[in-house]
Amino acid sequence: MASKTKRVKGKFDWKEFKRQKVLMFWAAVFVIYGVIFYYVPLGGWLIAFQNYKPALGMFKSEFIGLGKFKQLFSDASFLQVIRNTLAMGVINLVLTFVAAIVFAILLNEIRLKFAKKAVQTISYLPHFLSWIVVTGILRDILSGTGIVNELLMAVGATDQTINFFANPDYFWWIVGFSNVWKETGWNAIIYLAAITSIDPSLYEAAAIDGAGRWAKIRHIILPGIRPTVMILLLMNVGNVLNAGFEVQYLLGNGLVQSVSQTIDIYVLKWGISQGDYAIGTAAGIFKSFVSIVLIVLANQFAKRTGDERLF
Amino acid sequence: MKRAKEQDYSASMPKYKTTVAGSLFTICNTIFMIAFVAVTLYPVLNTLAVSFNDGTDALRGGIYLWPRKWTMKNYSTVLQKDNLLTGAYISVARTVLGTVFGLVTNALLAFIVSRKKFLFKSQLSLFWVITMYVNGGMIPVFLVYKGLGLTNSFWVYVIPGMISAFNMLVMRTYMMGISDSLEESAQLDGAGYMTIFVKIISPLCKPVYATVALFIAVGQWNSWFDAMLYNRMSDQYTTLQYELMKLLSSVTSQGATAETMQNAVQAAGAVTPTSIRAAATIVTMLPIVCLYPFLQRYFVAGLTIGGVKE
Repeated sequence: MASKTKRVKGKFDWKEFKRQKVLMFWAAVFVIYGVIFYYVPLGGWLIAFQNYKPALGMFKSEFIGLGKFKQLFSDASFLQVIRNTLAMGVINLVLTFVAAIVFAILLNEIRLKFAKKAVQTISYLPHFLSWIVVTGILRDILSGTGIVNELLMAVGATDQTINFFANPDYFWWIVGFSNVWKETGWNAIIYLAAITSIDPSLYEAAAIDGAGRWAKIRHIILPGIRPTVMILLLMNVGNVLNAGFEVQYLLGNGLVQSVSQTIDIYVLKWGISQGDYAIGTAAGIFKSFVSIVLIVLANQFAKRTGDERLF
Repeated sequence: MKRAKEQDYSASMPKYKTTVAGSLFTICNTIFMIAFVAVTLYPVLNTLAVSFNDGTDALRGGIYLWPRKWTMKNYSTVLQKDNLLTGAYISVARTVLGTVFGLVTNALLAFIVSRKKFLFKSQLSLFWVITMYVNGGMIPVFLVYKGLGLTNSFWVYVIPGMISAFNMLVMRTYMMGISDSLEESAQLDGAGYMTIFVKIISPLCKPVYATVALFIAVGQWNSWFDAMLYNRMSDQYTTLQYELMKLLSSVTSQGATAETMQNAVQAAGAVTPTSIRAAATIVTMLPIVCLYPFLQRYFVAGLTIGGVKE
């Protein structure tokens, strides 16, 4: 982000400033907007260090230091919530990445142009549906009379209907696969673009050397999209903890609570519903903190392996 | 990096000799793609079929891709629900206003930070990039919105999320690719920055504007959490997605199912919660599903600009 033109200190270009006064005006408006909606809430982090009373507000509530954080980490259900968030974040990350890459590579191998176009158009569809719609549909197909149970019974994999939403063993995978269903086609867009930008002469050279499809995928396509994969992976590692809210909230129920609750749901439950703003804010801060640590670590790792990096 | 307009994927198409392994690959790949399409489409088509099927008849199960006993009653019932109508009205309003406001503000901000001569361009960019990685979290944000009087208000859908650093960066990247000479010659003719923005840069940015408008519109149409969090008490500001959510959770919560179903059957004749739900789901997804195939080239281009590192 560093500007390339170095100005000598103390020699602010007032003439240019005047020339840009319209830009300055709007820039100021945007900064004020950003301060109100993004930076002032950061100040709200102070709540986590207070014995916050809504009636007193942030400025009059008593400071109690790290007490709320101690309370948070001695709460067994919070530790469980961290585990759930991490587990589902990692499962989602791995499954959606692998699915999108595999789908992009296989789609690229289809030679009929209209078929490729048709499959691709259909593959985007789920991305445009809201999680409300997707979870509703999911409940139908996984229900006792749904297609999944019918198929399982038909092939004899099970002799009685499985209640998918009542068994904690299934929950993480249901969330993972619903993410795959929703986002594979969409995520593949960028890999397809990366595959397209591979130099075609590489394929010709490989063909002369007698490489088959598999060899080309392994030795040309995969190395060719590696930078794209790495950069997307980096961008998403920081989001691992953000991956868990909507689906878990919408699909969770009392029976699978122990595996379905994530940090965000914990914040919503304690912070908004129970009104304990301090503990909710502390949990939120913990989440931001872990995200930043993860993104810095991933960046360091990328630096060491010589891959692309974010900063 | 390529600016993907109409990408010709066939350019990258590897050519292979026909071998046994190659044919086997083609066959497997074709089967895989057919399975993929089936898995993607079936749940949606099944919901569509149920939505046109008689409610009590659907309880028997066995409806797959085609309704057994046709009826429009599910839709007429859904379209008579006051809350759903209000929700539809608010959803349309927030999508239209949110998209217009978001587009104009993001574009103007991107225009400012993409001017090479702008004195604070790196500082202003950094100011917004930071917001992508650090945020106050649900509770402080909630308290700020409450303090600003945005809770129990329509404007909470439009004002707070208006500027997104991601969308702004997508536009900035595009604008930086436009030659400076256009701006310079306009300035020589006495044009101010606003004229340059409106008359010169914006017309050239139509593709990226379309991309960002699509991103914002989809986000607006599909979001439900803000309605639940900020406007739970204000039924007049409910949204279609939130109403659908309430509909879904009222039926699926355990135990209540059989009873509510019976009540509903008695009350409304041939409609059941399941069939109502299906119809409401279809109504909710319809606008976007009809639109997105025509906007494909815009979002493909937009993702490629924004996602691949320069």
